Amino acid sequence: MEQRGVAKWLPWVSAPVMLVLLVIVWSLVVSVFGISEFVLPPPSAVAASLGELLVDPATWGHVQVTVTEVLSGFAIALVLGVLGGVVLGRIAWLEVAMRPALVAFQVVPKVALIPIFVIWFGFGLTSKVIMAAILAFFPILLNVLLGVRSVDRGHRDVMRGLGATRWSTFRNLELPSTLPYVFAGMEVAIVFSVIGAIVGEYLGGNEGLGFLVVSSLNALDAPALFAVIVLLAAVGSVLFFAVNLAKRLVIPWHESVSEKEFA
Amino acid sequence: MTEHLLRAARSEAELPQGYDEPATPADTLTPELELAGVDKVYSSRRGTTEALRGIDLRVAAGEFVALVGRSGCGKTTLLRILAGLLPPTGGEVRAGGRPVWRGGRRDEETVSRFGLVFQEPNLFPWFTIEDNVALPLKLRGVDRATRRARAHELCDLVGLGGFEKSLPRELSGGMRQRAAIARALSCDPSVLLMDEPFGALDALTRDRMNLELQSIASTTGATVVFVTHSIPEAVFLADRVVLLSPRPGRIHSVVDVDLARPRELEIDVEPAFRETVRALRTALDEEA
Ligand SMILES: Nc1ncnc2c1ncn2[C@@H]1O[C@H](COP(=O)(O)OP(=O)(O)OP(=O)(O)O)[C@@H](O)[C@H]1O
Ligand SMILES: [Mg+2]
Repeated sequence: MEQRGVAKWLPWVSAPVMLVLLVIVWSLVVSVFGISEFVLPPPSAVAASLGELLVDPATWGHVQVTVTEVLSGFAIALVLGVLGGVVLGRIAWLEVAMRPALVAFQVVPKVALIPIFVIWFGFGLTSKVIMAAILAFFPILLNVLLGVRSVDRGHRDVMRGLGATRWSTFRNLELPSTLPYVFAGMEVAIVFSVIGAIVGEYLGGNEGLGFLVVSSLNALDAPALFAVIVLLAAVGSVLFFAVNLAKRLVIPWHESVSEKEFA
Repeated sequence: MTEHLLRAARSEAELPQGYDEPATPADTLTPELELAGVDKVYSSRRGTTEALRGIDLRVAAGEFVALVGRSGCGKTTLLRILAGLLPPTGGEVRAGGRPVWRGGRRDEETVSRFGLVFQEPNLFPWFTIEDNVALPLKLRGVDRATRRARAHELCDLVGLGGFEKSLPRELSGGMRQRAAIARALSCDPSVLLMDEPFGALDALTRDRMNLELQSIASTTGATVVFVTHSIPEAVFLADRVVLLSPRPGRIHSVVDVDLARPRELEIDVEPAFRETVRALRTALDEEA
Protein backbone atom coordinates (compact mmCIF):
# COMPACT_ATOMS: atom_id res chain seq x y z
CA MET A 1 0.00 0.00 0.00
CA GLU A 2 2.80 2.41 0.91
CA GLN A 3 4.65 1.53 -2.27
CA ARG A 4 1.55 2.28 -4.25
CA GLY A 5 1.59 5.74 -2.67
CA VAL A 6 5.19 6.20 -3.75
CA ALA A 7 4.34 5.27 -7.33
CA LYS A 8 1.62 7.88 -7.26
CA TRP A 9 3.56 10.91 -6.12
CA LEU A 10 7.09 10.06 -7.31
CA PRO A 11 6.66 11.27 -10.93
CA TRP A 12 5.27 14.58 -9.67
CA VAL A 13 8.49 15.13 -7.76
CA SER A 14 10.97 13.60 -10.20
CA ALA A 15 9.71 15.53 -13.25
CA PRO A 16 10.32 19.05 -11.77
CA VAL A 17 13.65 17.89 -10.32
CA MET A 18 14.81 16.67 -13.74
CA LEU A 19 13.58 19.89 -15.35
CA VAL A 20 15.52 22.02 -12.87
CA LEU A 21 18.64 19.85 -13.40
CA LEU A 22 18.29 20.24 -17.16
CA VAL A 23 18.08 24.04 -16.88
CA ILE A 24 21.12 24.14 -14.55
CA VAL A 25 23.25 21.96 -16.81
CA TRP A 26 22.09 23.93 -19.83
CA SER A 27 23.06 27.29 -18.22
CA LEU A 28 26.43 25.88 -17.11
CA VAL A 29 27.21 24.51 -20.56
CA VAL A 30 26.36 27.82 -22.20
CA SER A 31 28.43 29.94 -19.77
CA VAL A 32 31.39 27.56 -19.25
CA PHE A 33 31.94 26.88 -22.96
CA GLY A 34 30.92 30.36 -24.04
CA ILE A 35 28.51 29.06 -26.66
CA SER A 36 27.10 31.63 -29.06
CA GLU A 37 23.45 32.63 -28.55
CA PHE A 38 22.70 31.60 -32.15
CA VAL A 39 23.72 28.02 -31.43
CA LEU A 40 22.37 27.52 -27.92
CA PRO A 41 20.71 30.46 -26.20
CA PRO A 42 20.81 30.44 -22.39
CA PRO A 43 17.62 29.34 -20.59
CA SER A 44 17.01 32.87 -19.41
CA ALA A 45 16.84 34.17 -22.99
CA VAL A 46 14.50 31.35 -23.99
CA ALA A 47 12.32 32.06 -20.96
CA ALA A 48 12.13 35.73 -21.86
CA SER A 49 11.22 34.86 -25.43
CA LEU A 50 8.62 32.41 -24.22
CA GLY A 51 7.12 35.12 -22.00
CA GLU A 52 6.76 37.45 -24.99
CA LEU A 53 5.28 34.65 -27.02
CA LEU A 54 2.66 33.78 -24.40
CA VAL A 55 1.34 37.32 -24.06
CA ASP A 56 1.04 37.75 -27.83
CA PRO A 57 -2.54 36.89 -28.91
CA ALA A 58 -1.24 35.90 -32.35
CA THR A 59 0.60 32.96 -30.73
CA TRP A 60 -2.67 31.56 -29.42
CA GLY A 61 -4.12 31.81 -32.92
CA HIS A 62 -1.25 29.63 -34.14
CA VAL A 63 -1.76 27.17 -31.27
CA GLN A 64 -5.42 26.95 -32.17
CA VAL A 65 -4.62 26.24 -35.83
CA THR A 66 -2.18 23.47 -34.96
CA VAL A 67 -4.49 21.89 -32.39
CA THR A 68 -7.38 21.98 -34.88
CA GLU A 69 -5.27 20.22 -37.51
CA VAL A 70 -4.03 17.62 -35.04
CA LEU A 71 -7.45 16.84 -33.60
CA SER A 72 -9.18 16.71 -37.00
CA GLY A 73 -6.53 14.40 -38.41
CA PHE A 74 -6.60 12.27 -35.28
CA ALA A 75 -10.39 11.99 -35.34
CA ILE A 76 -10.41 10.93 -39.00
CA ALA A 77 -7.66 8.38 -38.31
CA LEU A 78 -9.52 7.05 -35.29
CA VAL A 79 -12.75 6.43 -37.20
CA LEU A 80 -11.08 4.94 -40.27
CA GLY A 81 -8.48 3.02 -38.26
CA VAL A 82 -11.04 1.38 -36.00
CA LEU A 83 -13.34 0.55 -38.91
CA GLY A 84 -10.45 -0.81 -41.00
CA GLY A 85 -9.02 -2.75 -38.07
CA VAL A 86 -12.34 -4.38 -37.24
CA VAL A 87 -13.04 -5.30 -40.88
CA LEU A 88 -9.55 -6.68 -41.52
CA GLY A 89 -9.51 -8.42 -38.14
CA ARG A 90 -12.77 -10.14 -38.92
CA ILE A 91 -12.18 -11.08 -42.56
CA ALA A 92 -8.93 -13.02 -42.62
CA TRP A 93 -8.67 -13.35 -46.41
CA LEU A 94 -9.13 -9.61 -46.87
CA GLU A 95 -6.29 -8.94 -44.46
CA VAL A 96 -4.05 -11.35 -46.38
CA ALA A 97 -5.05 -9.69 -49.66
CA MET A 98 -4.40 -6.21 -48.27
CA ARG A 99 -1.10 -7.07 -46.60
CA PRO A 100 1.22 -6.11 -49.51
CA ALA A 101 -0.53 -2.77 -49.88
CA LEU A 102 -0.36 -2.14 -46.14
CA VAL A 103 3.33 -2.99 -45.96
CA ALA A 104 4.12 -0.86 -49.00
CA PHE A 105 2.25 2.09 -47.56
CA GLN A 106 3.87 1.66 -44.19
CA VAL A 107 7.44 1.66 -45.45
CA VAL A 108 6.95 4.79 -47.60
CA PRO A 109 8.25 7.78 -45.62
CA LYS A 110 4.86 9.43 -45.53
CA VAL A 111 6.07 12.95 -44.77
CA ALA A 112 7.59 12.87 -48.25
CA LEU A 113 4.02 13.00 -49.56
CA ILE A 114 3.34 16.45 -48.13
CA PRO A 115 4.40 18.36 -51.26
CA ILE A 116 1.91 16.27 -53.21
CA PHE A 117 -0.87 17.16 -50.77
CA VAL A 118 0.12 20.80 -51.05
CA ILE A 119 -0.29 20.55 -54.83
CA TRP A 120 -3.65 18.85 -54.45
CA PHE A 121 -5.16 20.68 -51.48
CA GLY A 122 -3.23 23.94 -51.31
CA PHE A 123 -1.46 25.61 -48.41
CA GLY A 124 -4.49 25.64 -46.09
CA LEU A 125 -5.48 23.35 -43.26
CA THR A 126 -6.57 20.44 -45.45
CA SER A 127 -3.13 19.22 -46.46
CA LYS A 128 -1.97 19.23 -42.80
CA VAL A 129 -5.09 17.47 -41.56
CA ILE A 130 -4.55 14.76 -44.17
CA MET A 131 -0.91 14.38 -43.17
CA ALA A 132 -1.83 14.11 -39.48
CA ALA A 133 -4.56 11.58 -40.34
CA ILE A 134 -2.28 9.40 -42.46
CA LEU A 135 0.43 9.25 -39.81
CA ALA A 136 -2.10 8.47 -37.06
CA PHE A 137 -4.04 5.93 -39.10
CA PHE A 138 -1.55 3.05 -39.10
CA PRO A 139 -0.87 2.70 -35.39
CA ILE A 140 -4.63 2.65 -34.79
CA LEU A 141 -5.37 0.23 -37.63
CA LEU A 142 -2.64 -2.21 -36.62
CA ASN A 143 -3.52 -2.14 -32.92
CA VAL A 144 -7.24 -2.63 -33.53
CA LEU A 145 -6.49 -5.46 -35.97
CA LEU A 146 -4.39 -7.14 -33.28
CA GLY A 147 -7.04 -6.45 -30.65
CA VAL A 148 -9.86 -8.00 -32.67
CA ARG A 149 -7.67 -11.07 -33.23
CA SER A 150 -6.64 -11.48 -29.62
CA VAL A 151 -10.00 -11.99 -27.95
CA ASP A 152 -9.25 -14.77 -25.48
CA ARG A 153 -10.40 -18.24 -26.57
CA GLY A 154 -11.42 -19.17 -23.06
CA HIS A 155 -13.56 -16.03 -22.86
CA ARG A 156 -15.19 -16.93 -26.15
CA ASP A 157 -15.99 -20.37 -24.76
CA VAL A 158 -17.72 -18.75 -21.80
CA MET A 159 -19.97 -16.72 -24.09
CA ARG A 160 -20.61 -19.67 -26.38
CA GLY A 161 -21.38 -21.89 -23.41
CA LEU A 162 -23.97 -19.37 -22.32
CA GLY A 163 -25.55 -19.32 -25.76
CA ALA A 164 -24.85 -15.57 -26.07
CA THR A 165 -26.14 -13.67 -29.09
CA ARG A 166 -23.83 -11.88 -31.55
CA TRP A 167 -24.72 -8.54 -30.01
CA SER A 168 -24.15 -9.49 -26.39
CA THR A 169 -20.88 -11.19 -27.31
CA PHE A 170 -19.78 -7.92 -28.90
CA ARG A 171 -21.04 -5.78 -26.02
CA ASN A 172 -19.73 -7.90 -23.13
CA LEU A 173 -16.62 -9.47 -24.65
CA GLU A 174 -15.27 -8.20 -27.96
CA LEU A 175 -15.63 -4.47 -27.33
CA PRO A 176 -14.11 -4.40 -23.83
CA SER A 177 -11.29 -6.74 -24.77
CA THR A 178 -10.39 -4.65 -27.86
CA LEU A 179 -10.54 -1.25 -26.11
CA PRO A 180 -7.06 -1.49 -24.52
CA TYR A 181 -5.64 -2.02 -28.01
CA VAL A 182 -7.60 0.95 -29.35
CA PHE A 183 -6.15 3.14 -26.61
CA ALA A 184 -2.63 1.82 -27.14
CA GLY A 185 -3.02 2.80 -30.81
CA MET A 186 -4.46 6.19 -29.85
CA GLU A 187 -1.56 7.04 -27.57
CA VAL A 188 0.90 6.49 -30.41
CA ALA A 189 -1.43 8.12 -32.94
CA ILE A 190 -1.87 11.40 -31.07
CA VAL A 191 1.91 11.88 -31.04
CA PHE A 192 2.10 11.01 -34.74
CA SER A 193 -0.70 13.46 -35.60
CA VAL A 194 1.28 16.26 -33.97
CA ILE A 195 4.30 15.30 -36.06
CA GLY A 196 2.16 15.21 -39.21
CA ALA A 197 0.64 18.62 -38.59
CA ILE A 198 3.95 20.28 -37.68
CA VAL A 199 5.87 18.87 -40.64
CA GLY A 200 2.97 19.95 -42.84
CA GLU A 201 3.26 23.46 -41.45
CA TYR A 202 7.04 23.49 -42.00
CA LEU A 203 6.56 22.91 -45.69
CA GLY A 204 3.74 25.24 -46.55
CA GLY A 205 1.34 27.88 -45.33
CA ASN A 206 1.57 30.78 -42.91
CA GLU A 207 -0.22 29.49 -39.83
CA GLY A 208 0.43 27.18 -36.91
CA LEU A 209 3.29 26.44 -34.54
CA GLY A 210 5.30 24.75 -37.31
CA PHE A 211 5.11 27.99 -39.26
CA LEU A 212 6.29 29.91 -36.15
CA VAL A 213 9.32 27.61 -35.95
CA VAL A 214 10.21 28.31 -39.58
CA SER A 215 9.70 32.07 -39.26
CA SER A 216 11.88 32.25 -36.13
CA LEU A 217 14.51 30.34 -38.02
CA ASN A 218 14.31 32.74 -40.96
CA ALA A 219 14.65 35.66 -38.56
CA LEU A 220 17.72 33.91 -37.04
CA ASP A 221 16.04 34.37 -33.65
CA ALA A 222 17.33 31.33 -31.76
CA PRO A 223 15.68 32.15 -28.39
CA ALA A 224 12.29 32.45 -30.15
CA LEU A 225 12.95 29.18 -32.00
CA PHE A 226 13.62 27.40 -28.72
CA ALA A 227 10.63 29.06 -27.11
CA VAL A 228 8.30 27.82 -29.87
CA ILE A 229 9.71 24.33 -29.50
CA VAL A 230 9.02 24.44 -25.76
CA LEU A 231 5.47 25.56 -26.52
CA LEU A 232 5.11 22.74 -29.04
CA ALA A 233 6.29 20.21 -26.50
CA ALA A 234 3.74 21.56 -24.03
CA VAL A 235 0.90 21.33 -26.56
CA GLY A 236 1.95 17.78 -27.51
CA SER A 237 2.05 16.76 -23.84
CA VAL A 238 -1.38 18.17 -23.13
CA LEU A 239 -2.84 16.24 -26.08
CA PHE A 240 -1.11 13.02 -25.04
CA PHE A 241 -2.30 13.30 -21.45
CA ALA A 242 -5.83 14.00 -22.65
CA VAL A 243 -5.79 10.63 -24.46
CA ASN A 244 -4.18 9.00 -21.45
CA LEU A 245 -6.85 10.43 -19.18
CA ALA A 246 -9.59 9.15 -21.50
CA LYS A 247 -7.98 5.72 -21.25
CA ARG A 248 -7.96 5.85 -17.47
CA LEU A 249 -11.61 6.77 -17.42
CA VAL A 250 -12.78 4.24 -20.01
CA ILE A 251 -10.74 1.17 -19.07
CA PRO A 252 -9.86 1.60 -15.39
CA TRP A 253 -9.74 -2.19 -15.06
CA HIS A 254 -6.80 -2.63 -17.44
CA GLU A 255 -3.27 -3.50 -16.31
CA SER A 256 -1.79 -0.50 -18.11
CA VAL A 257 -3.91 1.80 -15.96
CA SER A 258 -3.16 0.50 -12.49
CA GLU A 259 -0.18 2.11 -10.82
CA LYS A 260 2.85 -0.06 -11.11
CA GLU A 261 4.05 -1.34 -7.80
CA PHE A 262 7.74 -1.70 -7.14
CA ALA A 263 9.06 -5.17 -6.61
CA MET B 1 -38.50 -45.06 -31.04
CA THR B 2 -37.63 -48.75 -31.47
CA GLU B 3 -34.20 -47.66 -32.50
CA HIS B 4 -33.88 -45.74 -29.29
CA LEU B 5 -35.02 -48.69 -27.15
CA LEU B 6 -32.60 -50.96 -28.95
CA ARG B 7 -29.75 -48.66 -28.22
CA ALA B 8 -30.83 -48.38 -24.60
CA ALA B 9 -30.86 -52.16 -24.33
CA ARG B 10 -27.46 -52.39 -25.92
CA SER B 11 -25.82 -49.95 -23.56
CA GLU B 12 -27.56 -51.64 -20.68
CA ALA B 13 -25.66 -54.78 -21.60
CA GLU B 14 -22.42 -52.87 -21.54
CA LEU B 15 -22.99 -51.40 -18.12
CA PRO B 16 -20.76 -52.80 -15.42
CA GLN B 17 -21.98 -55.21 -12.81
CA GLY B 18 -23.82 -53.89 -9.81
CA TYR B 19 -25.67 -51.56 -12.09
CA ASP B 20 -29.00 -53.28 -12.07
CA GLU B 21 -30.39 -52.11 -8.76
CA PRO B 22 -33.78 -50.53 -9.35
CA ALA B 23 -32.96 -47.21 -7.71
CA THR B 24 -30.19 -46.40 -10.17
CA PRO B 25 -31.39 -43.37 -12.13
CA ALA B 26 -29.64 -44.51 -15.31
CA ASP B 27 -32.54 -46.91 -15.80
CA THR B 28 -35.06 -44.17 -16.43
CA LEU B 29 -36.10 -43.74 -20.04
CA THR B 30 -34.12 -40.85 -21.53
CA PRO B 31 -30.71 -40.13 -20.10
CA GLU B 32 -29.97 -36.46 -19.45
CA LEU B 33 -26.71 -36.67 -21.38
CA GLU B 34 -25.81 -39.28 -23.92
CA LEU B 35 -22.77 -39.91 -26.07
CA ALA B 36 -23.15 -42.67 -28.65
CA GLY B 37 -20.07 -43.85 -30.53
CA VAL B 38 -18.42 -40.45 -30.25
CA ASP B 39 -15.07 -39.97 -32.02
CA LYS B 40 -12.96 -36.86 -32.05
CA VAL B 41 -10.01 -36.27 -34.32
CA TYR B 42 -8.22 -32.93 -34.14
CA SER B 43 -6.71 -31.85 -37.45
CA SER B 44 -4.08 -29.19 -37.61
CA ARG B 45 -1.31 -28.25 -40.01
CA ARG B 46 1.07 -30.54 -38.14
CA GLY B 47 -1.19 -33.55 -38.61
CA THR B 48 -4.06 -35.21 -36.85
CA THR B 49 -4.57 -36.28 -33.23
CA GLU B 50 -7.13 -38.90 -32.39
CA ALA B 51 -8.38 -37.60 -29.06
CA LEU B 52 -11.43 -39.83 -28.53
CA ARG B 53 -12.59 -43.12 -30.03
CA GLY B 54 -15.95 -44.82 -29.71
CA ILE B 55 -17.16 -43.18 -26.51
CA ASP B 56 -20.52 -44.47 -25.26
CA LEU B 57 -21.71 -42.75 -22.13
CA ARG B 58 -25.15 -42.25 -20.61
CA VAL B 59 -25.65 -39.93 -17.67
CA ALA B 60 -29.05 -40.03 -15.99
CA ALA B 61 -30.82 -36.94 -14.69
CA GLY B 62 -29.55 -36.15 -11.22
CA GLU B 63 -26.56 -38.44 -11.53
CA PHE B 64 -23.05 -37.37 -10.49
CA VAL B 65 -20.38 -38.78 -12.80
CA ALA B 66 -16.68 -38.23 -12.29
CA LEU B 67 -14.27 -38.50 -15.20
CA VAL B 68 -10.70 -39.49 -14.35
CA GLY B 69 -7.65 -40.27 -16.43
CA ARG B 70 -4.09 -39.25 -17.10
CA SER B 71 -3.17 -35.83 -18.41
CA GLY B 72 -3.85 -35.61 -22.12
CA CYS B 73 -6.22 -38.57 -22.28
CA GLY B 74 -9.10 -36.48 -23.61
CA LYS B 75 -11.11 -35.49 -20.53
CA THR B 76 -11.40 -31.85 -21.53
CA THR B 77 -12.24 -32.85 -25.08
CA LEU B 78 -15.01 -35.15 -23.84
CA LEU B 79 -16.44 -32.44 -21.61
CA ARG B 80 -16.35 -29.83 -24.39
CA ILE B 81 -18.21 -32.23 -26.64
CA LEU B 82 -20.84 -32.77 -23.94
CA ALA B 83 -21.11 -29.00 -23.51
CA GLY B 84 -21.70 -28.48 -27.21
CA LEU B 85 -18.56 -26.35 -27.52
CA LEU B 86 -16.91 -28.82 -29.86
CA PRO B 87 -18.61 -30.89 -32.54
CA PRO B 88 -17.59 -34.56 -32.53
CA THR B 89 -16.09 -35.96 -35.74
CA GLY B 90 -18.25 -39.06 -35.39
CA GLY B 91 -21.16 -40.32 -33.35
CA GLU B 92 -24.08 -38.63 -31.70
CA VAL B 93 -24.40 -36.25 -28.72
CA ARG B 94 -27.80 -35.90 -27.07
CA ALA B 95 -29.00 -33.82 -24.15
CA GLY B 96 -32.44 -34.48 -22.73
CA GLY B 97 -33.03 -36.82 -25.66
CA ARG B 98 -32.44 -34.08 -28.25
CA PRO B 99 -29.42 -34.05 -30.52
CA VAL B 100 -27.09 -31.20 -29.59
CA TRP B 101 -25.84 -30.87 -33.18
CA ARG B 102 -28.17 -30.60 -36.12
CA GLY B 103 -26.58 -30.20 -39.52
CA GLY B 104 -23.49 -28.49 -38.12
CA ARG B 105 -25.56 -26.12 -35.97
CA ARG B 106 -25.83 -26.29 -32.22
CA ASP B 107 -29.18 -26.51 -30.48
CA GLU B 108 -28.94 -23.38 -28.30
CA GLU B 109 -31.95 -24.26 -26.19
CA THR B 110 -30.48 -27.49 -24.87
CA VAL B 111 -27.13 -25.92 -24.21
CA SER B 112 -28.61 -23.01 -22.24
CA ARG B 113 -29.54 -25.36 -19.38
CA PHE B 114 -25.84 -26.11 -18.81
CA GLY B 115 -23.52 -24.50 -16.32
CA LEU B 116 -19.86 -24.76 -17.31
CA VAL B 117 -16.71 -24.50 -15.23
CA PHE B 118 -13.52 -24.56 -17.28
CA GLN B 119 -10.01 -25.62 -16.35
CA GLU B 120 -9.12 -21.90 -16.23
CA PRO B 121 -11.36 -19.40 -14.43
CA ASN B 122 -11.91 -17.36 -17.64
CA LEU B 123 -13.28 -14.38 -15.73
CA PHE B 124 -13.68 -11.16 -17.70
CA PRO B 125 -11.08 -8.69 -16.37
CA TRP B 126 -13.31 -5.69 -17.08
CA PHE B 127 -16.13 -6.89 -14.84
CA THR B 128 -16.13 -6.94 -11.05
CA ILE B 129 -16.53 -10.33 -9.38
CA GLU B 130 -20.20 -9.55 -8.90
CA ASP B 131 -20.72 -8.76 -12.58
CA ASN B 132 -18.76 -11.84 -13.63
CA VAL B 133 -20.85 -14.07 -11.41
CA ALA B 134 -24.08 -12.52 -12.68
CA LEU B 135 -23.08 -12.56 -16.37
CA PRO B 136 -25.34 -15.53 -17.25
CA LEU B 137 -28.27 -13.68 -15.67
CA LYS B 138 -27.42 -10.50 -17.55
CA LEU B 139 -27.53 -12.40 -20.84
CA ARG B 140 -31.00 -13.60 -19.89
CA GLY B 141 -32.21 -10.08 -19.31
CA VAL B 142 -32.58 -10.39 -15.53
CA ASP B 143 -32.80 -6.92 -13.92
CA ARG B 144 -29.87 -5.37 -12.09
CA ALA B 145 -31.17 -5.59 -8.53
CA THR B 146 -32.00 -9.30 -8.82
CA ARG B 147 -28.62 -9.95 -10.41
CA ARG B 148 -26.81 -8.22 -7.60
CA ALA B 149 -28.75 -10.07 -4.91
CA ARG B 150 -28.08 -13.42 -6.57
CA ALA B 151 -24.39 -12.62 -7.03
CA HIS B 152 -24.04 -11.79 -3.33
CA GLU B 153 -25.73 -15.05 -2.36
CA LEU B 154 -23.40 -17.04 -4.60
CA CYS B 155 -20.27 -15.20 -3.48
CA ASP B 156 -21.15 -16.06 0.11
CA LEU B 157 -21.73 -19.67 -0.92
CA VAL B 158 -18.25 -20.05 -2.44
CA GLY B 159 -16.55 -18.06 0.32
CA LEU B 160 -16.03 -14.83 -1.63
CA GLY B 161 -18.29 -12.66 0.51
CA GLY B 162 -16.84 -9.13 0.64
CA PHE B 163 -15.07 -9.46 -2.72
CA GLU B 164 -18.11 -8.63 -4.85
CA LYS B 165 -16.68 -5.28 -5.97
CA SER B 166 -13.13 -6.52 -6.57
CA LEU B 167 -11.66 -7.00 -10.01
CA PRO B 168 -10.51 -10.52 -10.97
CA ARG B 169 -6.86 -9.41 -11.06
CA GLU B 170 -7.11 -8.57 -7.35
CA LEU B 171 -8.00 -12.18 -6.45
CA SER B 172 -5.82 -15.25 -6.04
CA GLY B 173 -6.02 -18.12 -8.54
CA GLY B 174 -8.14 -20.24 -6.23
CA MET B 175 -10.49 -17.36 -5.49
CA ARG B 176 -10.93 -16.75 -9.21
CA GLN B 177 -11.79 -20.37 -9.75
CA ARG B 178 -14.42 -20.17 -7.00
CA ALA B 179 -15.87 -17.09 -8.71
CA ALA B 180 -16.06 -19.12 -11.93
CA ILE B 181 -17.98 -21.81 -10.05
CA ALA B 182 -20.37 -19.19 -8.70
CA ARG B 183 -20.89 -17.93 -12.25
CA ALA B 184 -21.76 -21.42 -13.45
CA LEU B 185 -24.31 -21.78 -10.66
CA SER B 186 -25.94 -18.39 -11.16
CA CYS B 187 -28.61 -19.43 -13.62
CA ASP B 188 -29.57 -22.60 -11.72
CA PRO B 189 -28.35 -25.01 -14.38
CA SER B 190 -29.89 -28.47 -14.50
CA VAL B 191 -26.60 -29.83 -15.85
CA LEU B 192 -23.20 -28.88 -14.43
CA LEU B 193 -20.10 -29.68 -16.48
CA MET B 194 -16.92 -29.04 -14.51
CA ASP B 195 -13.34 -29.40 -15.76
CA GLU B 196 -10.95 -29.83 -12.80
CA PRO B 197 -12.65 -26.98 -10.99
CA PHE B 198 -10.76 -27.46 -7.73
CA GLY B 199 -7.31 -28.04 -9.21
CA ALA B 200 -6.04 -24.63 -8.07
CA LEU B 201 -7.38 -24.85 -4.51
CA ASP B 202 -5.52 -25.70 -1.32
CA ALA B 203 -6.47 -28.97 0.39
CA LEU B 204 -8.67 -27.38 3.05
CA THR B 205 -10.64 -25.20 0.65
CA ARG B 206 -10.91 -28.14 -1.68
CA ASP B 207 -12.50 -30.25 1.05
CA ARG B 208 -14.94 -27.48 1.83
CA MET B 209 -15.81 -27.02 -1.87
CA ASN B 210 -16.33 -30.76 -2.24
CA LEU B 211 -18.84 -30.75 0.60
CA GLU B 212 -20.50 -27.66 -0.86
CA LEU B 213 -20.70 -29.18 -4.32
CA GLN B 214 -22.23 -32.37 -2.93
CA SER B 215 -24.93 -30.41 -1.15
CA ILE B 216 -25.59 -28.19 -4.19
CA ALA B 217 -25.93 -31.26 -6.39
CA SER B 218 -28.33 -32.97 -4.01
CA THR B 219 -30.49 -29.93 -3.23
CA THR B 220 -30.80 -28.80 -6.84
CA GLY B 221 -30.96 -32.32 -8.24
CA ALA B 222 -28.52 -31.19 -10.96
CA THR B 223 -26.78 -33.68 -13.21
CA VAL B 224 -23.02 -33.29 -12.81
CA VAL B 225 -20.11 -34.41 -14.94
CA PHE B 226 -16.92 -33.65 -13.06
CA VAL B 227 -13.38 -34.02 -14.43
CA THR B 228 -10.61 -34.53 -11.89
CA HIS B 229 -7.09 -35.84 -11.50
CA SER B 230 -7.77 -36.94 -7.96
CA ILE B 231 -9.19 -40.44 -7.51
CA PRO B 232 -10.23 -39.87 -3.86
CA GLU B 233 -12.04 -36.71 -4.91
CA ALA B 234 -13.83 -38.61 -7.67
CA VAL B 235 -14.89 -41.34 -5.25
CA PHE B 236 -15.99 -38.86 -2.63
CA LEU B 237 -18.24 -36.95 -5.02
CA ALA B 238 -19.50 -39.35 -7.64
CA ASP B 239 -22.17 -41.98 -8.09
CA ARG B 240 -20.09 -43.40 -10.90
CA VAL B 241 -16.46 -42.94 -11.84
CA VAL B 242 -15.53 -43.22 -15.51
CA LEU B 243 -11.90 -44.01 -16.21
CA LEU B 244 -10.50 -42.83 -19.56
CA SER B 245 -7.42 -44.44 -21.08
CA PRO B 246 -5.20 -42.37 -23.35
CA ARG B 247 -4.33 -42.09 -27.03
CA PRO B 248 -6.93 -42.38 -28.32
CA GLY B 249 -9.18 -41.68 -25.35
CA ARG B 250 -11.49 -44.60 -24.65
CA ILE B 251 -13.60 -45.61 -21.69
CA HIS B 252 -11.38 -48.05 -19.85
CA SER B 253 -13.79 -48.89 -17.06
CA VAL B 254 -16.71 -47.58 -15.07
CA VAL B 255 -16.85 -48.03 -11.32
CA ASP B 256 -19.96 -47.55 -9.19
CA VAL B 257 -19.54 -45.88 -5.84
CA ASP B 258 -21.95 -47.41 -3.35
CA LEU B 259 -21.58 -45.01 -0.48
CA ALA B 260 -24.53 -43.44 1.30
CA ARG B 261 -25.14 -39.70 1.05
CA PRO B 262 -24.60 -37.19 2.42
CA ARG B 263 -20.95 -38.20 2.65
CA GLU B 264 -18.73 -36.70 5.31
CA LEU B 265 -15.04 -35.94 4.80
CA GLU B 266 -14.21 -38.74 7.27
CA ILE B 267 -15.63 -41.25 4.82
CA ASP B 268 -12.09 -41.72 3.49
CA VAL B 269 -11.29 -44.06 6.39
CA GLU B 270 -14.19 -46.40 5.58
CA PRO B 271 -13.27 -49.73 3.98
CA ALA B 272 -15.75 -49.33 1.12
CA PHE B 273 -14.21 -45.96 0.20
CA ARG B 274 -10.67 -47.31 0.36
CA GLU B 275 -11.62 -50.35 -1.66
CA THR B 276 -13.11 -48.24 -4.47
CA VAL B 277 -10.09 -45.95 -4.55
CA ARG B 278 -7.79 -48.97 -4.67
CA ALA B 279 -9.76 -50.56 -7.51
CA LEU B 280 -9.51 -47.34 -9.55
CA ARG B 281 -5.78 -47.01 -8.86
CA THR B 282 -5.21 -50.55 -10.04
CA ALA B 283 -7.26 -49.94 -13.17
CA LEU B 284 -5.30 -46.75 -13.89
CA ASP B 285 -2.00 -48.59 -13.43
CA GLU B 286 -2.81 -51.55 -15.62
CA GLU B 287 -4.08 -49.29 -18.40
CA ALA B 288 -0.68 -47.64 -18.76
N1 LIG C 1 -7.34 -27.82 -30.06
C1 LIG C 1 -6.60 -28.94 -30.18
N2 LIG C 1 -5.94 -29.20 -31.34
C2 LIG C 1 -5.22 -30.32 -31.50
N3 LIG C 1 -5.07 -31.26 -30.55
C3 LIG C 1 -5.69 -31.07 -29.37
C4 LIG C 1 -6.48 -29.90 -29.13
N4 LIG C 1 -6.97 -29.99 -27.87
C5 LIG C 1 -6.51 -31.14 -27.36
N5 LIG C 1 -5.75 -31.81 -28.26
C6 LIG C 1 -5.11 -33.12 -28.05
O1 LIG C 1 -6.10 -34.03 -27.63
C7 LIG C 1 -5.62 -34.83 -26.56
C8 LIG C 1 -6.56 -34.73 -25.37
O2 LIG C 1 -6.53 -33.42 -24.87
P1 LIG C 1 -7.42 -32.95 -23.64
O3 LIG C 1 -7.21 -31.50 -23.45
O4 LIG C 1 -8.81 -33.40 -23.86
O5 LIG C 1 -6.74 -33.76 -22.45
P2 LIG C 1 -7.09 -33.79 -20.88
O6 LIG C 1 -7.42 -35.17 -20.53
O7 LIG C 1 -8.09 -32.75 -20.56
O8 LIG C 1 -5.70 -33.41 -20.24
P3 LIG C 1 -5.40 -32.60 -18.86
O9 LIG C 1 -5.72 -33.54 -17.75
O10 LIG C 1 -3.94 -32.31 -18.94
O11 LIG C 1 -6.24 -31.38 -18.87
C9 LIG C 1 -4.21 -34.37 -26.27
O12 LIG C 1 -3.33 -35.33 -26.81
C10 LIG C 1 -4.07 -33.06 -26.95
O13 LIG C 1 -2.79 -32.94 -27.52
MG1 LIG D 1 -8.04 -30.99 -19.46
